[in-house]
Order: sequence, then C-alpha cells, then structure tokens
Amino acid sequence: MNIGAYIVRRLALMVLVLFGVLVITFTVSHVIPADPVGAILGPQAPTHLIDKINAEWGFDKPLYEQFLMYLRNLLRGNLGKSIQTNNAVLDDIMMRWPATIELSTTALLFALMLGIPAGIISAIKRNSVLDHFVRVFSISGLSMPVFWLGLMLLFLLYFQMGVLPGVGRLDTSIEIGRRITGLYTVDALLQGNREAFINTVRHLIMPAFVLGFSATGSIARITRASTLEVMQQEYVNTAKAKGLSERLVVFRHILRNALITPVTIIGLTYGGLLEGSILTETIFAWPGLGRYATNAFMMLDFQAVMGVTLFIAVIYSVANLLVDILYAYLDPRVRI
Amino acid sequence: MTETKKGWLYRHRYQLEDIRLMVRLLNESLTAKIGIILLSCFVFMAIFGPTLSPYKPLVQDLTNRFVPPSSEHPFGTDQLGRDIFSRVLYGSRISLVMGIVVTSILFVIGTTLGLTAGYFGGRVDELLMRLTDMFLAFPSLILAMAVAAALGPGLFNTMVTIAFVAWPRYARLARACCLQVKEETYIEAAKAMGMSHGRILFTQILPMILSPLIVQATINLGGVILTAAGLGFLGLGAQPPEPEWGLMISEGRRFISNQWWVSGFPGIMILLVVLGFNLIGDSLRDVMDVRMRR
Amino acid sequence: MGKLLEVKGLKTNFYTYRGVVKALNGVDFTIHDKEVVGLVGETGSGKSVTAKSIMRLIDAPGKIMEGEVLFNGVDLLKLREDDMRGVRGNEISMIFQDPVIALNPVLNVGIQMIEAIRTNLGYDRKKAKIEALDLLRRVGLPDVESLLTRYPHELSGGMAQRVFIAMSIAARPKLLIADEPTSSLDVTVQSQILSLLRHLMEIDSINAVLFITHDLGVAAELCDKIAVMYGGRIMEFGTKEEIFDEPLHPYTRGLMRAVPKPGFYGELFTIPGEVPDLVTPPTGCVFHPRCQHRMDVCDSEEPRTTKASESHYVTCHLMEER
Repeated sequence: MNIGAYIVRRLALMVLVLFGVLVITFTVSHVIPADPVGAILGPQAPTHLIDKINAEWGFDKPLYEQFLMYLRNLLRGNLGKSIQTNNAVLDDIMMRWPATIELSTTALLFALMLGIPAGIISAIKRNSVLDHFVRVFSISGLSMPVFWLGLMLLFLLYFQMGVLPGVGRLDTSIEIGRRITGLYTVDALLQGNREAFINTVRHLIMPAFVLGFSATGSIARITRASTLEVMQQEYVNTAKAKGLSERLVVFRHILRNALITPVTIIGLTYGGLLEGSILTETIFAWPGLGRYATNAFMMLDFQAVMGVTLFIAVIYSVANLLVDILYAYLDPRVRI
Repeated sequence: MTETKKGWLYRHRYQLEDIRLMVRLLNESLTAKIGIILLSCFVFMAIFGPTLSPYKPLVQDLTNRFVPPSSEHPFGTDQLGRDIFSRVLYGSRISLVMGIVVTSILFVIGTTLGLTAGYFGGRVDELLMRLTDMFLAFPSLILAMAVAAALGPGLFNTMVTIAFVAWPRYARLARACCLQVKEETYIEAAKAMGMSHGRILFTQILPMILSPLIVQATINLGGVILTAAGLGFLGLGAQPPEPEWGLMISEGRRFISNQWWVSGFPGIMILLVVLGFNLIGDSLRDVMDVRMRR
Repeated sequence: MGKLLEVKGLKTNFYTYRGVVKALNGVDFTIHDKEVVGLVGETGSGKSVTAKSIMRLIDAPGKIMEGEVLFNGVDLLKLREDDMRGVRGNEISMIFQDPVIALNPVLNVGIQMIEAIRTNLGYDRKKAKIEALDLLRRVGLPDVESLLTRYPHELSGGMAQRVFIAMSIAARPKLLIADEPTSSLDVTVQSQILSLLRHLMEIDSINAVLFITHDLGVAAELCDKIAVMYGGRIMEFGTKEEIFDEPLHPYTRGLMRAVPKPGFYGELFTIPGEVPDLVTPPTGCVFHPRCQHRMDVCDSEEPRTTKASESHYVTCHLMEER
C-alpha cells in the first residue's frame, strides 16, 4: 500500500484511540471517585449545596447521560472550571502549554543530538572505553529519579556555584514583549530581542538537561542496539562486496536502517518527557502545565485534572501518529 | 510406569545445563555482578534494616535539626531532627514490598491477558489490542496521577494505581511472546494429540515464554519503584510521616539551598536500587540473547 | 590459460566466547580463466569463510591469520583497504545465499543497482540507469522499468537472485564468487539460475566462477573443477570427472556413496561420526575420527597435499604411501 492509504488508516485508528481516551478519563473522573463533590466541599458542607452542585454538573443523572454531557461540553470547548484559579480550564491550559512544550521539545532535541551519535559511536567502537562509558551513562540516566537530579543540580549549579539561573523562565527584570507563540525562545528571536533570547536560553539549560537526561540514555541504548544489529546483517556485506566507499556503506546502508528503530521511539520518548516535565517544572518553578496539573491533582480539582490529562494524551497521540507515518516512510516493509 | 523411575534431575538435564550456562555467563559479566551486589544490599536493608537501625524513623529531636552527615548521623538529620539513615532503612522495606507486590500483580494479570489474547486471536485479541492502545495513549505518569487523585493517597492505593497503569505494556509483551511460540510445530502436534487449550497454554507455551517475561519483570521492578517515588514526591502516594523515599525527597525540597542531604540521600538510594534492577535485567537479557543465538 | 586466483595456505580464526575457532586451517586451490570451480562441503566446513576471506570481508571477531591470495599475481591480503575496495565489485564480485535478505530492505532495486554501477564504472546517473536496465534484461527479467522501483521484499527468490547477478556482472568482473546462490531457492528456480550463469559465461559477461555449494548435484551440473572441503582444509581437488569417477580421499568417496542413485532401495549410507568442533579440532588429519582407512599416523600428523595427476590433488596420508 502506498503512504497515503497508510496515513488515512492510522488517522482512523487514532480517532478510535482518542475516543477510548475520553472513556478512560471520564471513568477516572466521574466513576471512580466515590463522592467527588463531597470530597471537594468537605464533610461539613450543607446537603442542599451538594445537591445543587450535583444537579449543576449532572452527577445525579445516569452514567451514559453524564458521558453525553461530558462529550457535548468537550466539543463546545468547555473543559469546565478550575477550582484553584477560578478560570475556565481551557483558558488555564492555553496560557500554560507553551512553557511545557518549549521545555519538553528542547529536552527532546538535546536528547537526540547527544543520544543518537553516542549510540552510533558506541556500536561502531564496540567494547571500547567510550562504549562502556556511554553504556554506564545511559543506564544511570534510566535509573535516576528526574526530580532528584534536578534538585541536586539546582543545589550545585545555582545555590553553591551560581553559574546558572535557578527558577523560572526569565529573569524578572527582562521583558519578552509581544506574545506571538508563547514560546519565549521563538518570540524573542522573532522580535530580534537578543537579551531576552540569551536569558531564556540560560534559564532553559538546567531544566532541559535534567529532563532530557534519562531520554538521552534510552535513545543512546536503542540506537546502539539497533546499529549493532544492522551491522550484522548480510546486506552490509553485500554493500562492501560491491566495493562501495565507506561513507556510502555507513550512511546509506547502515545508518539508514539503524536509525529506524530510534525514530520510532521518539514518540514514546516525547510522552516520557511530557510527564517528566510535570516533575521538573515543580522543582524549577516553571510556569507550565506541570505545576498546574500537580496542584490540580493534589486539590482534586477534577475539571482541571481531566483537562490536562486529555490535553497531554492528545498531544502524545498526535506525536505518535507523526512518528508512525515517518516510520512507514522510512521502512517500506511496513506499508503492507 | 518406567518413565518415573529416572529421576527429576535426569529428565530435566537439558534445562539444568541451560541454567548452568546462564550462571557461568552471568558470572563473567561485570554489570551482572554489580547489579547483584546492589540488589543483595537492598534486600538485606529491607529485611534487617529496621531491626538494625540506630534510631526510630519517626522520632523527632528538635535539638538536632539539620545535622549534616556525621559519624553520629551518617546521612544527617532532617528539619524535625529525625535521623535520615534510619528513615532510609525503613523506606527500603516500603519500596521493596511495593515493588514485589505490584510486579507480581502485573505478572499474573498481564501474562494471563496477553496469553489469552495471543493464543485465541480473533475478536479477543482485537479487543485487548484496542484496550491496551487506549491505555498506552497516556504517558504512564499522567494516568497514574489521575488515578491516584481519584483513588486518594496512601501506600495501598499507590500500588493499585501503578498496577492499573502498567499492565498494558506487560500484557502486550506476553502476547507478542505467545504469538512467536504459537506457530511452532510442537504446538500443532499437541493440538493434534487432543490436548485441551488450557493444558497447552500452561504446560507448553508458558514455560517457553517465561524467560523473557521474567527479565522484563526484573526491569519493571525498578520502574515501579521509580513511579512510586514519583507519586510520593508529588504527594499523591505515601503520606507524611511515612519514610517513603520519594516523599522524603519532596520534604527536603524546601531546604535544598543548604541542607542538600535531606533530599540527597533518599535519591541516591533510589538511584542505586533501580540501577541494580536495571543492571541485572540487562545482563539477563544479554545472556538470553546468547542462548538464543546458539 | 593463466592462473586467475591462487589461494595458498589461507588460515582464518574467529575469536568467540567459546574459544578460538580455526575456521580455515590452510586452504589451497587455484582457479584459471574461464573456469568454474566448485567448492563443496558440509555446513561448517568453512566454505563461506573462504569466500569472505578472499574478498577480505572478515571482521571482528574474525581475523585472517596467514596465507596468500594471489589474484593475477597480486596478493590481495597485502593490499591497502582502499585498493581492495577497488577490486571488490570491479574485478571480483560476490553473490550471496539468500538474495532477499542480502539486499538492503529500505532501498529500492534501482538505487542499489545504480550505486554499484556508478561506483565501479564511474557513470553518471543517467547512463547508470540505462546500464541497469540493460543488465536486468540480460539476466532475463521482464518488465525492467517497473522493477527499478520495487523493494527487495516484493521480489521472489529467483527474481532477487537475478537482480543480484545483474548487479555483480555490471563491471565485467574477472571472478564471480557465488556463495550457495541456489540453496534457498526452489529446485526449478535453481536450475534456471544455473542455466543463466552458464549462458552469461557463454556471452562473456562472466569470466570465471568460484561456485560454493553443499549440493554435489548442483556442482556436477555447472563446475569444471571441484574442491572438496572439510574442517577448514581442502581434502581433494580435481576435475569434475576425476572427483566423481575416481575419488581418492576417503571423505570424497563417502560423499559419493551417500548420494542415492535412482533405483536404489537399500539403506541410505551416511559417513559415521559428527562434524568436528573447530575450537578443539582433532589432532593430525581433521577427518581421521570418521575415516574408515585411518592409520596410526593419521591422528598425529597433518597430511600434506600430494599430486595424483596434473590437475588432481589429495590431502591424505594414504596418498603419501604410494
């Protein structure tokens, strides 16, 4: 099948999965909690108040009706109201998502730029000192709690040595100007504001490094394993037997195949980064979805909880879809 | 019957040979040895730690707040004067129990579902695949947080939460392994002999896929401990004053500017323990690859 | 006719976790122009390793230890890697056992053929494409235009092998090494490929062939001379007639007996014993544990290669007696 048909098929599948996502979030928010309203208002709340809210949010109606209401609201863009901020959840999310995306994407770029070459070199120079170093580094990254690493680095680089700024996205003294995309780096560049750009980047370094650390490890490992496997394949011998230059053999034959697997896990990795950013944002006081979500979860602000969960699930699904399409483009065997 | 006269050792001599080879290979691997050392220490701490710990974990000593690591207090004390070393020892028991319980549940449920789907195929398989797809559409921590929020905090709820969130990946693995084995000719032969499905699954397929599943379970254990710590850190898991490592890191956050040891040591422990599991899991996987290549 | 390829005392080792495998323990044979020499042996005898050693495609954990591989007088083992690369694909080409696997799965046929042509003939892309189409037609493939955009997994075994052959003859190599090219194909396809090779030799697209196989029947069809290999050494070497009608080495004779003839209804003959473990090979002659004619000297001394006739060589103590 060609690529077009494959894309259509995957899109249809994604819609189905997203529907399932809705079902799950609905179940978690409406079905599991025994008495959501009571939990929020506290045990002393007068019954008439509880009844009023129940009626307002439809908690007293049968489940399928509740689900329909939930869907209807969703389509209208109404994700409910947040208890902590008193704003519409949608507005809250819209305001905060650029910070999170900026952090996660930077971390991803970092992980790719470091992890993939490390994995490749590790495979080509197998069992060398460099290889062992990369493997130790990778596996430690995977074993480390990201929030702990963040705290330790914060202590070391900010409190003790003062080389990097500690919290927030920007020094309070600097202005970004107009908000075009919400991504400070992009906005600063678009407006030619050098000072802001540098400042933003300095603030990004530590959180992005911390966040991307474990991802770097897993990407390096997978790249290494994939490259090793490809190097054993017969077609590499064929390429050499044809007398091809080393450049051609390595880039067109080995890497073109070896990089397929790492690419496919980019989607997974990004999901891991999104959830990691929740933990990282807490430490670096990063004004993104992470802190909002954490507070929401702690305070049982259900509308907010569901809004954030849904949002992240959608982004994750889209990322995976893009990766799947990329995979089909790279590996023709998959398109059947 | 004459068959039973030959001993168990003789009948299983090939499997025993295999195990002997595996042990030899593991012995030669440095990573495996380090992993085993780390894990043995961890298990030792978890079992005997609380008995041997110098202080009780909940005992406060407000005259001794924020003592840096010293001979009296190897890991220092926290903001309430509690000895961190002792708390870490007690915390190891919590982490070990959580890891084992959750992984066991995952193993049983995931394997059962995965085998059923893989073996019977058709509608059942489709159903499982779609179901796992839906679960896997969430990054696991997000879903865990949502479920934890719904269920409420506490150690028991945390275990349920993690099991609830992690089973899809495990079931998928069991299913994939089952699919690989299902097509082998000896399965067809068993069916031709009239073996019931249940017996085939249990006596033929399960033993073949046991090894990769156990390797995955080992690696998973580390992940479970990490997730539990993450939930504890966020306040959605263990609650104060439990000496759960993630929670301890969170409690020490406020003092990170100077008293790094309050958050530092619990984190180091998590790192070492999860590292141990990962190293062993990795070595096991390498060893199994070698076996397969023969 | 000149000597095209002379292999002398080739020794190759593999360093594995189980120990050192002496895959090649002194391999000698010669190929002349316009000859098809068959290299026959069981699995594990070292046939593929010989081919890869000649092409210097042995990577860690393998290593060519000693020996000479004289190609038109030049020792390939002493060439610089750059020069060796110039030889590969140009003067010596190789085709492999499972063609579908031996082709890069993510590149289409066109790209793989064109890169071989451009590297070895130096053509530009347009000229290379025309040449590719011509080569594909020459190996008997239909519908060559659309074939260029196909991927290896879309081809049948026979088609893929033809594509492979087309790729290898692009630069009119002096020697084609065929490593079990028909072993993974159906019998009917097998004979098609063999007649294709014969045809290509007739029209001068192929000069000489080193044909590696475990199948004596296939060797009989195509080869002028046959080298019988066992345990990393050449046991016997001679013309097809000499090997089949007057086999001298006990191993060769055992092989001949093991092939059932039509009309034969008795018990199948097998050579007793097992393939040797090349980490700890038998002392002396590597075949002696399985040899019916073994003498005392056979387990202490390695036999030398003696000449039985101008073209017939045997490596056996029995021969030395005469």
